[in-house]
Amino acid sequence: MKFKIYRYNPETDKKPYMQEFDLDIPEGSDKMLLDVLVDLKEKDPTLSFRRSCREGVCGSDGLNINGKNGLACITSLSSLKSPVVIRPLPGLPVIRDLVVDMAQFYKQYEKIKPYLIADTETPAKERLQSPEDREKLDGLYECILCACCSTACPSFWWNPDKFVGPSGLLQAYRFLIDSRDTRTEERLADLDDAYSVFRCRGIMNCVDVCPKGLNPTKAIGHIRSMLLKSGV
Amino acid sequence: MVTTVTSLGRSGLHDWVLQRLSAVIMLAYVVYLGYFFATTPEITFTAWQGLFASTFMKVFSLLTLLSVVIHAWIGLWIVSTDYMPKVSIRVAFQAIVIVICLSLVVWGIQILWSL
Ligand code: SF4
Ligand code: SF4
Ligand code: FES
Repeated sequence: MKFKIYRYNPETDKKPYMQEFDLDIPEGSDKMLLDVLVDLKEKDPTLSFRRSCREGVCGSDGLNINGKNGLACITSLSSLKSPVVIRPLPGLPVIRDLVVDMAQFYKQYEKIKPYLIADTETPAKERLQSPEDREKLDGLYECILCACCSTACPSFWWNPDKFVGPSGLLQAYRFLIDSRDTRTEERLADLDDAYSVFRCRGIMNCVDVCPKGLNPTKAIGHIRSMLLKSGV
Repeated sequence: MVTTVTSLGRSGLHDWVLQRLSAVIMLAYVVYLGYFFATTPEITFTAWQGLFASTFMKVFSLLTLLSVVIHAWIGLWIVSTDYMPKVSIRVAFQAIVIVICLSLVVWGIQILWSL
């Protein structure tokens, strides 16, 4: 199987280039792409990429694999066509090889205040929620912040400083809909400019790539109707 | 919140609603005109002038013209802020769009009320 991997070391390379590897992969192997990268790193220790959990939980190995964003650790080789072209997540500055600078992504996440704000009295044990209200958080809380979605979104490429992006908006909705949060109005007001939410053009690249099967476009639609209802 | 940069309305929501509303008005106008063409056996100058003689049609046409202008401005403003990162080019483009939009409105009013 052939692999073409994006290489760039700003200290020594003038320009990024694609490095080719040829590996013997036994027929029907259930290896994951991350295993291959780890093997390759043993051969060439200068190859850089992020990974941690190796089971689709930490969100650190988001990569552009054959043109589509995904997690290397849960992408099996059998699902890929040779040559496998591996690039860093698109739209973010490359630090080295497959490692990108996620600062812009996290900044948008920070902007939506990704934590519960409750002005009610702090209970002795915990803030209770009915099973029905808890259910509303399903499909939202599972996000692992891998950035696969936001870096697949053209609107985020053009305005990463102003458009919150699918990942951040999914989390924004997660707190908007939380029955225990008391700052719904304020959160909505913070989102009501021409960019933060409304730059979403419903292209649904985000839904297409999310390795956790989440649906940011739907959450964005919900935020829009909440804005409409509150009429801010 | 990026407050200073809405294109027309006072908020992102306002712009979004304006764009949807203007789209509905344009669609209604096209349907209405289509109905006129379908039900008029022969489109003569008299028939055409008769259609536009009523105040209703004049107001409806003006409303549609305003919708076209609003819709185009919001849409092109979005496209330009996406694809024209260079401020000088973007501002020049937006200025041209504004001039065209305003001219269209003035011209439209002249035509509608001089027939
Ligand atoms: S649906 Fe919206 S957020 Fe998702 S990729 Fe498209 S523009 Fe981006
Ligand atoms: S929504 Fe999906 S793709 Fe986006 S950051 Fe969360 S887990 Fe990753
Ligand atoms: S290594 Fe943790 S998600 Fe892939």
